[in-house]
Amino acid sequence: MTRLQHPGHLEDWRKRLLEETTSIRRTIVVTAGTCGRAGGALEIRDALQAEIDRLGAGDKVELLVTGCHGFCEMEPSVVVQPEGIFYGRLKPADAEAVVKQTGLAGKVVERLTFEIPSTGRRIARMDQIPFYKKQMRLVSEANLKVDPERIEDYIRIGGYRGLAKGLFDMTSEGVIEEVKASGLRGRGGAGFPTAVKWELCRKASGHPKYVVCNADEGDPGAYMDRSLLEGNPHAVIEGMILGAYAMGSAEGFIYVRGEYPLAVKNVERAISQARVCGLLGQNILGSEFHFDLQVVQGAGAFVSGEETAMMASIEGRKAFPRQRPPFPSESGLWGKPTNINNVETWANVPIVLDRGSARFASVGTEKSKGTKIFSLVGQIRNTGLVEVPMGISLREIIEDIGGGVPEGRTLKAVQTGGPSGGCIPASALDLRIDFESLAKAGSIMGSGGMIVLDDRTCIVDLARYYLHFLEEESCGKCVPCRAGTRRMSELLKRMTSGLAEEGDLARLESLALTVKTASLCGLGQTAANPVLSTVAHFREEYEIHIREKRCPAGVCRDLVSPPSARPAGKKERP
Amino acid sequence: MERDWKSELDELLKDFGTRQRDTIPVLHEVQRHFDHIPPAALPAIARRLRVSESELYGVLSFYKAFSLRPKDAHTISVCMGTACHVRGGDRIVEELEKVLGVPAGKSTPDGMFTLETVNCLGCCAIGPVLVLDGVTHARITPAAARDIVGRIRTGEKPA
Repeated sequence: MTRLQHPGHLEDWRKRLLEETTSIRRTIVVTAGTCGRAGGALEIRDALQAEIDRLGAGDKVELLVTGCHGFCEMEPSVVVQPEGIFYGRLKPADAEAVVKQTGLAGKVVERLTFEIPSTGRRIARMDQIPFYKKQMRLVSEANLKVDPERIEDYIRIGGYRGLAKGLFDMTSEGVIEEVKASGLRGRGGAGFPTAVKWELCRKASGHPKYVVCNADEGDPGAYMDRSLLEGNPHAVIEGMILGAYAMGSAEGFIYVRGEYPLAVKNVERAISQARVCGLLGQNILGSEFHFDLQVVQGAGAFVSGEETAMMASIEGRKAFPRQRPPFPSESGLWGKPTNINNVETWANVPIVLDRGSARFASVGTEKSKGTKIFSLVGQIRNTGLVEVPMGISLREIIEDIGGGVPEGRTLKAVQTGGPSGGCIPASALDLRIDFESLAKAGSIMGSGGMIVLDDRTCIVDLARYYLHFLEEESCGKCVPCRAGTRRMSELLKRMTSGLAEEGDLARLESLALTVKTASLCGLGQTAANPVLSTVAHFREEYEIHIREKRCPAGVCRDLVSPPSARPAGKKERP
Repeated sequence: MERDWKSELDELLKDFGTRQRDTIPVLHEVQRHFDHIPPAALPAIARRLRVSESELYGVLSFYKAFSLRPKDAHTISVCMGTACHVRGGDRIVEELEKVLGVPAGKSTPDGMFTLETVNCLGCCAIGPVLVLDGVTHARITPAAARDIVGRIRTGEKPA
C-alpha cells in the first residue's frame, strides 16, 4: 500500500493488480460474515486450507474469505470461481471433494449442489439457483469478490474510481446534480431524495459541516447494513467521501451498532487502509480536498437510530431525540449543518458516480430508482439477503426467490419495515415494491426487513411482541411514547393472556392514534403501525382473542391450554 | 492507599480524546479493559471528559451495553429478534429462566451465569439463536438450551 498522490496513481495500481500474472486456476470463495461464522464458515476455511496444503495445490487453487453474499439458509457455503459453482451447508469433511474435484479438476460434486426441494433437481451454478436468478445485485455483488480485509480487492474491481471522477472531473454541485439525476432515495426508511438533502446541507450557513453514516441497524430482522459493512466497507467509505466533497464537509462519523463487532472491526481496518493510501485525510488523491472519518460504536439503544438521537449520542450524551425542525441539514452535530444517510444509501453513491446516473436510473420504477436489499426472514424456505430492482412484486420475492413458506404451510402475511412498519396480508401479494406502494398498503419500506409469517403466526402475539419491544426501547423523553407504548403493550398482553374485555380493541386503536399524533420522534410516531396495520387486516383475529378467549394459531399459550393446565403463579414476562 | 485511577486511566486511554464527544468510545474502552465500569473510576473519567459525574452516570446508565458490576463467569444472550420470535425465541428464554432459576436480565446467585436478552443479532436464517460467551449457537430448541447450561455446570465443553 502506497500513498496515492494523483488519480493516475489509482489507475496504475488497478492496472497492476489486474495484470498480475498468476498460476491460480480456481478461487474457492468462503463466505464468512457473522451468520456464516455462526454456521461454521471458519472451520470450513481451515479444512479447505489444510486440504490445499495437503495436496500441495497452493499454486493452482486459492481461498478467498469474503463477507456474506446473502444465501444465509445455506451457510456455510462456498462458490468456486470462475465457474460459479455453489455448494451449501458444507461440512469440514467435504473439503477434500471440493478442493480435489472442483478446485483442481473443475468437476461438479453433485451431492453438494443445491437441490430444489419440490423436484429434487440439482443445480450447480449459482446464477441458475432460483434464489439468485431473479435478483439484481448491484450493491451486494462485490461482497463475493472482495476480501474485506484487503483494499487491493476493492481497487481491483473498480473501487474509488467514482471518487476520482467526482474529485477531478466534477464540481461539488456537479456531484449533487449527478446524484439528483440518478433518482437515488434514502434506503434507511423514509425514502427522502438523497440529493435534495445534500443540497440543503451544502447551502446551509455554518461551518464546519459533518456527514454521518447511520449504521445503527436496530430493526429486528434487518441485517443488510451489517452485511455491507462487514463485506465491503470501502464502498461505504467511498460514498461518504463523495458526499463530503459535495457538501463541503471535512469530518464524518460512522455510527455502528454495538452488537455488530465484526462490522466495527472491518470498517476500522478499512478506514486506516484508506488513510495510508491517501484516500482519507489531507489532499485526497492529491486534490485540495480534505476529509477524515471516525467510527463511533453504539452502546445498545434502539432509539439511537433516530437521527437527532444519534447526533446526541455522537456528542457523548444520552441518545435522546429532539424536535425537528430544525433539521440536521441546518442544525445538526454541535449545532452545525449535518447530513445523515444510512449504510445502503452511501454504498449506492459510488455506483451512481462510477456507472453514471442514467444507468442507475434505468433500473426501478418512475419514482423509486435502483435496487433495494431486503432481508427475507421468518417462516420462509430460503432465508437470506436479497437485492432486487424496485418495482418487483412481493410475490416474486416470496415465491420465486424465497421459495415460499415451508412445506404444508400457507402464507398469512409479510411484515415489512420493522417495528415502525406494518403487515401486508397474503391477499396483497401482487403489490409492487417501491416506497409509495408500500406506504399505500399501510406499511413502509423501512430499512428493508421482510418477515414472512405463515399460519403458525398469531397476529395479536406479533403486535404484542413489537409493542413490548417499543415499550422497552422508548427513551422516555416524551409522555405519549413513554406511557402510550406501555399502555398499548399492556392491552395487547391482556388480549394474548385471555384477560381482555369488550372495548379493549377500541381503546387500543384510539390510544394508537394518540401516540402516533403526539409523539416527539419517529419511534413513537410509528409505534402505532404494528397495531393499526394488523387491526386493519386481521380484526377478526383480535376479536376472537377478546371475545372467545381463543388463539386460532395456537401461539398464545394461556388461550390454548385448559385453565387447569396453566402453570400456577406464572411469572409476568411479556 | 487509594487506587490512583487517574494515572491508570491516562495510561489506558492515551489514544483517546478528552472531550465530551469521546464519552462513548472511552466508556467502551474502560469496559473492555475492566470487563465493567468500576464505580470508583467514575470521578476520574468524568474529570477527564470534563463532564459532571451525574451527567456521566446518566449517559452510562442510559445505554444497555454499559455495566457497573463485573460480569459473571458465563453470559448467555438470547436473541429476541422478530425472526427468532416467530420461530420460538420466547420459549428459549422461558426454558433458561426455569433452568437457571432467575429472570432474564439477572445473574444466578452463585455468580456462574448471567442471562440476557438482545434485540436481533442479525443471524435470522439460523434462529432461534443464543450467544454463549461470544459464541453463536444456531437453531436452538428449549432442550438444546437446557443442555448447554447442563454441560457448563458439569464442566464439559458445550457442543
